[in-house]
Amino acid sequence: MLAYLIRRLLWLPVLLIIVSFITFALGYYGPADPIAALLGQHYDPEIAARLAHEYGFDQPFLVQYVKYLGRIIRLDFGESIKYRNQPVSRLLLPRLLVTIQLNAVASFIGVLLGVSLGVIAALKRGKATDRVVVSGVVFGRAIPVFVAGPILLFLFARTIPVLPPGGWDGIFSRSAILPVLLLAIGPLAIFARQTRAGMLEVMGRDYIRTARAKGMREMGVVTAHALRNAFIPLLTILGFLLGSLVEGTFLTETIFGIPGMGQFAFEALGGRDYPVIIAVTLLVAVAYALGNLFVDLAYGFVDPRIRQA
Amino acid sequence: MSTQAQADLRKEVTDEATRPRRSLWGSVWARLRRNRPAMVGLIIVILMYLTAIFAPLIAPYEFDEINLENVIAGPSLEHPMGTDELGRDVFSRVVWAARSAAFVSIAVTAFGLTLGIFFGVLSGYLGGWVDTLIMRLGDVLFAFPGLLFVFFIAATIKPGLTTWLKGVGLGDVARSDYLDYLVVIIALSLVGWPGLARLIRGQLLSLKRREYILAAQAIGVPTWRIMLRHLLPNSMPPVIVAVSGGMGAIILSEATLSFLGIGLQPPNPSWGAMLFQYYPYWRHASLWPLLFIPAAILVIVVLAFSFLGDGLNEALNPQLD
Repeated sequence: MLAYLIRRLLWLPVLLIIVSFITFALGYYGPADPIAALLGQHYDPEIAARLAHEYGFDQPFLVQYVKYLGRIIRLDFGESIKYRNQPVSRLLLPRLLVTIQLNAVASFIGVLLGVSLGVIAALKRGKATDRVVVSGVVFGRAIPVFVAGPILLFLFARTIPVLPPGGWDGIFSRSAILPVLLLAIGPLAIFARQTRAGMLEVMGRDYIRTARAKGMREMGVVTAHALRNAFIPLLTILGFLLGSLVEGTFLTETIFGIPGMGQFAFEALGGRDYPVIIAVTLLVAVAYALGNLFVDLAYGFVDPRIRQA
Repeated sequence: MSTQAQADLRKEVTDEATRPRRSLWGSVWARLRRNRPAMVGLIIVILMYLTAIFAPLIAPYEFDEINLENVIAGPSLEHPMGTDELGRDVFSRVVWAARSAAFVSIAVTAFGLTLGIFFGVLSGYLGGWVDTLIMRLGDVLFAFPGLLFVFFIAATIKPGLTTWLKGVGLGDVARSDYLDYLVVIIALSLVGWPGLARLIRGQLLSLKRREYILAAQAIGVPTWRIMLRHLLPNSMPPVIVAVSGGMGAIILSEATLSFLGIGLQPPNPSWGAMLFQYYPYWRHASLWPLLFIPAAILVIVVLAFSFLGDGLNEALNPQLD
C-alpha cells in the first residue's frame, strides 16, 4: 500500500509540470501579441520593445516558463485583461466558493438518487420500474446540459412559475434548486446505470445463492452482501463524475447567471481574457488530478488487488 | 462401413459445402438487423448524413440569408420552422447545421483514427520505450477533465493558427468561417486520439498471442500478410464500436463548443450555436418553440448514435449477454 501511495504521489507533480507547460506553451504561441493588443492604434515599435522588455517578453521561452512556474506556485496568475488592475486570484476566490457549494450539493444529490434508483431497478429487474429507470438513464446521458437547462427553465419558471429563473442567493435559497437539479442529471444517470449493472452482476454470484440457501432474509442478503460488493466499482466512476461536473458547471452557471467560476471562465473564453482562461484551466486540472488521486487511493484501499497493478 | 452410412456422410459433406456461407460482416449485419433501436438509430444517422450531403438542395434558403422585413415569424409555408431575429430561415439553418455536424464528425474521426492507428500500432508492435512514451503522453491528455482541454485549445490556438496559415501561403483558409471549422477539428482530434491508440494497442497485444496468429507464423506467412489479413481485421470490431459511439460524442462536443462561443460562430450554422442564440427565448410567449427545434434534433441525433453504437457492440460481441 505504501509503495502504491508513493508511486501515485510522485506522478502528481510530474503531471502538474506537464499540464502547466502545455497551458503556458499554448498561451505563449497561441494568442495574438498582448503588447499589440494593449497599445492598439497607438502602436509604436519603440514603445512596444520597451514594454516587451518590461514584461519580460523578450527573454527566451524557457526562462519565461520558469518565471511563470514561480509565479503560479505563489498563486499569482497575473491581472485580468477585462477587469483591469485586478489580480486573477482575487477575482477567482469568491467565485470558486460559489462553484464548490453548487458542485458539492449537486454531486451529493446526484450520487444519492442515482445509487438508490440503480439498486431499486436491479431488484425489480425486468419490471416496469426497471424499464423506467433504464430508459431514463439512456435519456439522461444523451440530453446535453444546454438542452436540459432551457427546458427546466421553460417548465419550472414559465409554464408552472414556481422557481426563480436565475440569479444566486446562496446554496440554501430557492434560486439554487434548478441549477443543482440540472448539474445532478449527469452524475445521477451515470451512477444509476453503474449501480444497476454492479448489483445485477453481484446478485448472480455464488455467495448470494449461499446466503439465500442458508435462509437469510432477502433484505439481509441485499444489505450485507450485495450492496457492499456492488459499491466497489462505483469508486472508479467518481473520476467520470469529476469530468462531467467540470463541463456541467460551465454551462449551468452560464444558463442560470450564477456568479461562479464556470460563468467567469465562460466570460473569459468569449472575451479572450487569457490570464483568466489559463488560471481556470490550471485550477481545474489540479482539482481534477487531486480528485483522481483520491479516487485511486480509495480504490487501492478498498480493493487490495489494485495495489499490485 | 455400410453404404447407408457412406451415403449419409456424403450428404452431410455436400450440405456443408453448399450451405450459403456467411462472412463475419454478414452475420454481424444479420444480428444488427434484429435489434430494433439500433436499426432506428442507423436510419436516423443515415438520414442526417444524407441531409448534410444534399443540404443545398433541401434547404430553401442560404443559411446566412438575412431578411430584416420578416424577423421572428412563426411557421409558415415559406418558412416551415419560422425565422430568427435576423429573418433567417430556421429550417434552412437547421439543415445546413447538419452539414457542419457531419463534416466535423467525419473529419475528427478521420484524423483521430489516423493518429490512433498510427500510434496504437507503433506502440503495440514496437513495445519498449516507444510504447511507454506514447502511453504516458496519452495519460497526460487523459489527466485533463473531458472537454476542458478542448475548450482551452479552441480558445487559444485561433490567432496563432491564423498567423501560421498566412505564413505558409494558405491565407484563404484563414478566413474566419473556415478557421472555426479548423479550430474545432484540431481541438477535438488532439483530445480524441489517445483513447483510440490505447484501444488498438490493447487489441494488438492480445491478438499477437492468439493461436491462429502463432499458427500463421509457424507455417511461414509473411509478417505484412499477418498484419493485413489477420491482425487488422480482427482488431476492428471494438474500434468500430468506439468510432460509432464517438461520432455522437463529437457532434455533441461541437455543439457544446459552439454553444460556448469557441466553436463554430455565427453566421456559420451549428445546432449548438443556434441553441445559444435561442435559449434566452424560453420566457417569450411567441418565441419558445424556436428553442425546441435545435434541442430536439441534437438529442435525437445523439441518441441515434448511442443506440447504433450499443447495437454494433452487441452484434460484434455476441458472447455478451
